Order: sequence, then C-alpha cells, then structure tokens
Amino acid sequence: MRVKVLIVEDSKASREYIAAMVEAVEGVEVVVTSSGFEALKLLPRHRFELIITDINMPDINGLELINFVKKNPNYRDVPLFVITTEGREQDRDRGLALGAAEYLVKPFVPGSLEALLRRYLKLP
Amino acid sequence: MNPGSKALAEFVAEATEILDALARDLLVLDERRGQEADPDLVNGIFRAAHSLKGLSGLFGQERISRLAHGTEDLLDRLRLGKLLLDGAVLDALIEALDAFQALLGEAARGTETEVLSGRVDAMAARLASLGAPTEVSEDDPLDRLELEAQVRSVFTEYEEHRLRENVRRGVALWRVRAAFDLSDFDKGLAELNARLKPMGEVISTLPSAQPGGSHGIAFDLIFGGQVDSAALEAGLEGTPAELSPLGVRPAVDVVTPALVRAAQPAVTVRQGAGKSSAAGAGSEKAPPASRPRADTGAGSELGPRESGRDTRGGGKATGAPGTAASSDAADTTAATSRKRREDSSDAPTRDAPDVSAEPRRADAESSSPTKRSGGRKRSSRTPAATPSEEQQPLLPHLSSDGAAQGAVDWPTSVSEGVAHLDVSDPGAPASPGAPEPHESIVPTEPSPAPLVAYLQGAAKASPKGLSVAPSPPAAGPGSAPAPSVGSPSAQTSDTSLRSLTQTVRVDIGRLDGLINMVGELLLIKANLQRLAESARQDGAVALSKLFGQELARETRGLERKLEALQEGLLEARMVPVGQVFDKLARLVRRITREAGKEIEFVISGGEVELDKLIVEELSDPLMHLIRNAIDHGVESPDARLAAGKSRRAVVSLRAEQKGNHVVIEVSDDGAGIDEVRVREVAITRGLITFAQAQEMTRRELLNLIFQPGFSTARSVSELSGRGVGLDVVKNNLGNLSGIIDVWSERGKGTSFHLTLPVTLAIIRALLVGVSGRTYAVPLNSVLEIISVQPRDIRTVERREVLDVRGQTLPFVRLARMFALPDRPVSRYFVVVVGLAQERLGIAVDELHGQQDIVTKPLGGRLQSIRGISGATDLGNRRTVLVLDVAALLEEGMATERRRA
Repeated sequence: MRVKVLIVEDSKASREYIAAMVEAVEGVEVVVTSSGFEALKLLPRHRFELIITDINMPDINGLELINFVKKNPNYRDVPLFVITTEGREQDRDRGLALGAAEYLVKPFVPGSLEALLRRYLKLP
Repeated sequence: MNPGSKALAEFVAEATEILDALARDLLVLDERRGQEADPDLVNGIFRAAHSLKGLSGLFGQERISRLAHGTEDLLDRLRLGKLLLDGAVLDALIEALDAFQALLGEAARGTETEVLSGRVDAMAARLASLGAPTEVSEDDPLDRLELEAQVRSVFTEYEEHRLRENVRRGVALWRVRAAFDLSDFDKGLAELNARLKPMGEVISTLPSAQPGGSHGIAFDLIFGGQVDSAALEAGLEGTPAELSPLGVRPAVDVVTPALVRAAQPAVTVRQGAGKSSAAGAGSEKAPPASRPRADTGAGSELGPRESGRDTRGGGKATGAPGTAASSDAADTTAATSRKRREDSSDAPTRDAPDVSAEPRRADAESSSPTKRSGGRKRSSRTPAATPSEEQQPLLPHLSSDGAAQGAVDWPTSVSEGVAHLDVSDPGAPASPGAPEPHESIVPTEPSPAPLVAYLQGAAKASPKGLSVAPSPPAAGPGSAPAPSVGSPSAQTSDTSLRSLTQTVRVDIGRLDGLINMVGELLLIKANLQRLAESARQDGAVALSKLFGQELARETRGLERKLEALQEGLLEARMVPVGQVFDKLARLVRRITREAGKEIEFVISGGEVELDKLIVEELSDPLMHLIRNAIDHGVESPDARLAAGKSRRAVVSLRAEQKGNHVVIEVSDDGAGIDEVRVREVAITRGLITFAQAQEMTRRELLNLIFQPGFSTARSVSELSGRGVGLDVVKNNLGNLSGIIDVWSERGKGTSFHLTLPVTLAIIRALLVGVSGRTYAVPLNSVLEIISVQPRDIRTVERREVLDVRGQTLPFVRLARMFALPDRPVSRYFVVVVGLAQERLGIAVDELHGQQDIVTKPLGGRLQSIRGISGATDLGNRRTVLVLDVAALLEEGMATERRRA
C-alpha cells in the first residue's frame, strides 16, 4: 500500500520536476495539481499523508492552503512542506508559523527532499 | 538527479512563456514612459521575474536565477515605492530582458559562454545600484487597515503589497464572503470574480478554515472596490456574497488637519453604506486603536450611522470608493488636495450634502491618474535618444551627393571608412574609448558606403552596432560600463527572435472540435466496416444499386469529415503574426536608441493569423528590414527637420490578409532609395548591362537591391539571423513561398511588401502536363488559365509576351525552361500566376485538374534547382515536382534579360 503525497505547484516544469523526485522514493504515490482550488477539491477525496505546496499561485496562495489544512479537523495532522524561492523569507516564516512542517528553498538538493520525505512518511 | 532533456525542454518552454509575458508588459511600460506606472503592470512584471527565479533555480540555471533575483529585487523596490520608474530603470529592465533571452538561448543549447556570464554579473551589479530612492514613508499603510492579524498572516508578501498599495491609494476595501458547495465552488468563485473584476481588484481569495457544513466551503475575498457600495451591492446581486467594509484609519503624518477634516466625512459615508460596524475613520490625532466611536468628533458632527443614512436619503451614495475618501487620496493627487483645501478652508464643520459631493470628485480624479499625465507621453521618450544623436555626423549619410562621394572615398581611405562606419552605427561614439579602429578595417570590400549601407544594412552594422548594445546612451557615458565591448557579446545581445520552442498553444475549443471530428470519422469507419462485412457475406449479390448508393454516401461523408479535419488541423497551427510583432517592437526601441533616431513605430494587423512555421521564419527577415529602416532608411531628427519633415520618423509594420495570402508591409518615411545609384552600382558590379539598364522600369531597378551580388553580404553568415543582405532576406521568404517587393520614393520613404501564403502544410495544386511530364502548380498563386494560339504570342524587346485583355503579360514556356523537347501544339494552355504585382503566363501542354498536396523539400543537389520548390506524392505512387512560382516569376524575367 503506497502513501499518497499531494504536490501543489502552478509551474508545470517545476511540478513535473518535483513530482519526479518524490515519485523516485519507493512506496510513494504522487498526486499533482496546478492550483490551490484543485487542492481544496482533492483533499476530501484522497487520504494524503503529506502535502507539498508552492506559495505563489494564481487562485489561492500556499499560505492560505496551509491555514485551511491546519484549521480543518480532518486534515490538520497532515504534514505540509512549503516550497519557497530564495529571498522570500517572509513567506517562509509565515508558512512555518501557520503550521508547515518544513520548507524547501528552490533550488533544493534532491537528496534533502528525499530524506525529509522518508522522515515524515515514516518510510524505511 | 539531473534534469533530462525533456525536463530541460519543459523548462525552456515555460521560461519562454514567462519572458514573452514579461516582454509584453515591459513594452506597455515603455510606451507609457513618463506616466505613472500602472501598479498591476509592475506587479505582473515582478511576478514574472519571481516565477523565473524560482523556475530557473529549480533547474539549476544559476545565471538566469541570479539575474532574475536582481531583477526581482529592483521590481520589488519599484512596487514598494522605494524606487522611481525612470528611464534608466526601464532601460535596465529591457536590457535584462534581452540578457534573459540570450541566457535562455544558451540554456536551450546547453552552452554557457563567459561573455554572457560577464554580462550577467555586470547587469546584476547595475540593477542593484540603480535607483534614486524616493522618500520612504515610515508609516506602513497596512497598519491603518483594520484587518485581523490572523487574516494578515496568510497573505503572501505579494498580496500584502497589493493591499498596502490599495490602502495607500485610498481605495475602499471590502471583505466579500461567500459559501459554496465543495463540488463546484470554483465555478461559483469564478462567477463571483467575473462580477467583481470590473468593479475593482480582488486582492486575495481566502478559503475559510471553518468547515461550511459537510459539503460546503466558504471563502473570504479581499476586494479593493472602484465603485461605490450601492453599485457593488447591485453588481453582486444574485450571488451568495456578503459584503463588509474593511476600515482604514487615515494616515496621520502627511496631511494637514484641514485635509483630514475634509476627508473625514467621506469615511463615514463609506461606513454608512456598508453593513459592518468595523469600518474605521480616525482623526489625524487619533491613536491607532481608535474605533469609529472616536472619530465622530474629528470634524463632522454626524455619527457614522447617521451620515450614512443621510447620504443614502439624499440619493448621493457616493460612498465607498470614497475611499477616495481616505485622506491618502489627497496626498497622492496634488490636484485633489488643492481642491480640498479650497473646499475645506471655510468649513471646518460640514453638512452632509457637501460631504457627499466632495468624495465623488476626489474619487473621479484619483481613479484616473494615467489620463492626467497622458499629455507628456510623446515627448517623454526623446531624451533617451538625444545624447548620442548630438554627437553624430549623420547628415552626410543622407544626401545622395554625400552618398556618391562616400562610394568613391571608401576604398581609398581608412579614416574615411571609420567615419562612415560611425555614421552607419551612430551608437558607437556614445561608448567612450571603445576600440573601434581595428574593427573598422573589417569591411575591406570596397563598397559605395552610404547608399549601399542602407541596402546591406545590418551586414555591416552587425559586428559593430552590436558592440555598443550593452552600454546604453541613455545611461550616460561612464555611468554603466559595458561589461564587455566587442562582437561576441554583440551576438548575444541581438539573437534571433525565433522561438526557442516548437510548441503551439491551441485553444481547447479547437482541440475539442478536432476530437469530435475524429469521433465522427470512427462512426463512418464503423458504417464502412458494416458494408464491407455485408459485401463479404452476400458475395456478388451485394453489389446492388442500393449498396452502391450507401457506399457512395459513406464515402462522401468520409471525404467531408476528412476535409474538415484537415482544415481544423491547419487552423490549429495558426498563430497571430502579432507574436513576432511584439518582439520586434521591443527590438525597435533598442535599435532606435542605439541609432540616435527618433522613431514612432506603428504596428497594425497583429491579429492576422499565419502558420506557426511561417511566423517563426518571418521574424529574422522582418528584423532585418526594420533594422535597415531605422539604421539607414530614416534620417536623423535634424536632417529630417532640414528636409521639412517632422523630427520624429515613422516606421510601420502592417499585416493584412488578402485571400490566401498575407501581405506584410515594412515601411518608413525616410530618405528613400536612389534608383539612379542602384543602377550605377548594379552596372559597376556587372549585375546588368548598360543596355539592360536602359530597358528597366523604375520598379525593376529598385528590385535589383535583392540581387545576391548587390550588397556586400559576405560577412553574413554565422551570426544568428543578423548581418544578412537583402538577397538572403529574399531567399528566406522564397523558402516560405513568399516574395518580397520594394517601392521607394526619394525623400519620401521606402516600403517593402512581403507576400506570404497563409499556410505551408497542405496546399491545393493544379496539375499540369508538359512534354509528357507532370508538374504541380500551387493553386493559391494561379490567377487564371487561358487558352492561346501560337500566333497570339508576340515578341517585345526580345521577350515573349501575350496580350491579355489589353495588358501585356510576360510569358514563358515551361518546356523550354526545363529544357524539355518542345512539342508542336496547335494551342497552349497558359497558366497565369501572380504574387503581389508580378504576373507571368506559363505555357503548358495539358491540364490534369486539382489535388491537395503536401510538398516535401528536395534534398541534396536537387535543392538548388531554380523553379522547383519540392516534390509531392500524388497518392497513386507517382511523384511529381512542384513549381516554385516565386522563383519562376523572377527567373522568367531574368532569363529574358540574359537572352537580351
């Protein structure tokens, strides 16, 4: 039984790139979406073990998504990773304050993402 | 994990999209130089830079990321009002865009040149150093916004900036709450957004954390309204939205008490119009914590509630935008504040009617800052262009006498040559101490400088003109040292405008249409299968009349559907030619600056659609023609004034669809081409004989400039799309089955017409027979077919011609042209072909009808055969050659001329 990870990122190239990294971890199934709205719709339909979200997105931003997830009794235990871009410390800090578990600064080292995934997903 | 080539392609595609958007927005900013920048636009550009930084960072494109970082920082300072958007900043941004494009080009090729890396370093340093910071207000307008910290904590920096900007501008802020069903909330939100957008700006969309029932979800939209509350409420009627205003306390340290008093009542009006008790209005001395209760004393004797009722009762609910209301509007608009001062000078306490009238005026003004400054638009660009132009001895280049002189002097004197190079490249002197002399020796070919300079244009200018690109005259000598002066960097600064990707964006509706057609085809296939099956089972009996009818009907249906599918697919390949125009417009700006000219660039017909392939291939020839027009066609402002023209030259680029063709015109109102000089040069170079020259019309003479030997385009070559002679332009167009034509009047200007087929992929062709061989003639260039007797053919000045309805038509026999045995025939079929104004009759023996063909290029040695554009398979395993009408039109003339 594989665990599901949701990736929310509006840039297609970035999304595919991150998805490829996450999928490379054995035992993980990836669900991707390009928008916060879609993420809101996906949440009740799947059981995600982890969510990775970008901050700047066209409909709702990543912080709003984190806030939504963390305030909602159904999802509040799902760990969230924030992907931020170098130099936007405020977004990162707010993400952490809202309850994000980790942040990844682009460009990030693939190995570090894998290690984090294993830790939070409790994979061997 | 190395991103593979697919990932790289995805990166390049997305980065290209970002840069395209960036270019469009920058162009708009550039066009509105001197006006107050539209914050949406600046934000859009900021976002583009931000996305680019993230994207390139992720893909390990360190240089792009670094430059994007610098650009983003600069834009951030702009957005925050820490930096004024002046000419230098805009120039830097535009140059950064050029650098991005060059970088992306290298990324796509997987290369990394040091020159470009150096340019990135210099560019980044320049971006960082830019800017006379404006006065930074200590006061954060957001602190005056009455919004829960909880809500604020989920705003991104970007959204906060937007919010801050709205507060600073005194826009009325609202919280729009709406609950939807979880299954289709996005539709509901989209509708809500569509209603809100025309009335203001949706700053943020926040999903409410409280579960709105088991299947519901609620959203809070933070909205900056440009209309009053009544209009807002009316606009949202029928949606589940609930409005509540967000209070803003007035800024305290920038306005006079009188202003505050004047503005004060408006705040209360807004309050009354809304539904919530949270609206805020404070006196200038009120502490941040003051709530509505406190501000009633500040100047108006009306409480918020009363004043609201009052305004409504008076039918003057000007309200909310009133925002305007807030005293900030006053300090952003001098005119407004003056008016307010007048209004308020005599009335420390005001009564309601006045109050309601005031904010409306204030609002009207504050909402249209761009219009007010519009008058400055035209003149605002010129300063950037003038510095270099003043140093330019441009005049001699323009008079035809000077041209003749230059032609003589060029080969004999190196120093003279240098002077001419400078003339053809006015930007050069602007970079002090640039090592010019050794470069000036490069064009050793004796060439009649000025006149030919126009014609070969970029060929000569390229190695040099480019060298100055990195140091913009606008920045002033010394202020921005060019990172590396010389041709290598030059190359990168003027790379081809061709897209780096081969993707076409297709409207989903079009795709759906195609998919539907395929579905219908499958249906027909099923019917045919059924018929085939019944034929197989019933044997000979099946071949009844009924069966035949049914089969025929299905076949017809199949044919129709296939045609529709073909058409649909061709349509999917079509893109608006404006895609290239936009890129060119940006280029024009830079060339203009480098050349020290003043130019108004006029574009029209950008919506005309052409095959993607053609649009791509067009960019380089168009760039060349436009560069020519600016560098050599258009005179300097002073020379123009001397010639009785306006200072500002007009260079225009127009596209127009004419039947199956698109005509693109590049024209200028410059000095024009001197056909007498063209004739001399052509004779000197042995392109034509003196006798031929005597017979040639003015148009034919002008068109000699496209002859390969005419311009000294030896230096052509390896530069990406640059430095080609006009013959190369002509060949490029020929490859697209297009032709180019020039018309020019001395002193009035020059105009190039490019005639192109709408699509290349599938064409309808006329099949003709000559001496037992079959050829295909693209039908889109066939005008008519006439039948003539041999005696109808006359010889005029040793050319064969026909008289058709009183007009003389040049005429060639295809058999002779391809050296096939002439067959004695009693009559010829003459296929009259034409492109643009050129007409030619082609004599053939037989006509075989029409057919759709896909032209395949001829490989290897066959490629160079004139008059043949490719081969096509007719389906019955016969391959025939496709005639190249454009080449035949030319060849027809040329052979006749040679024979003469």
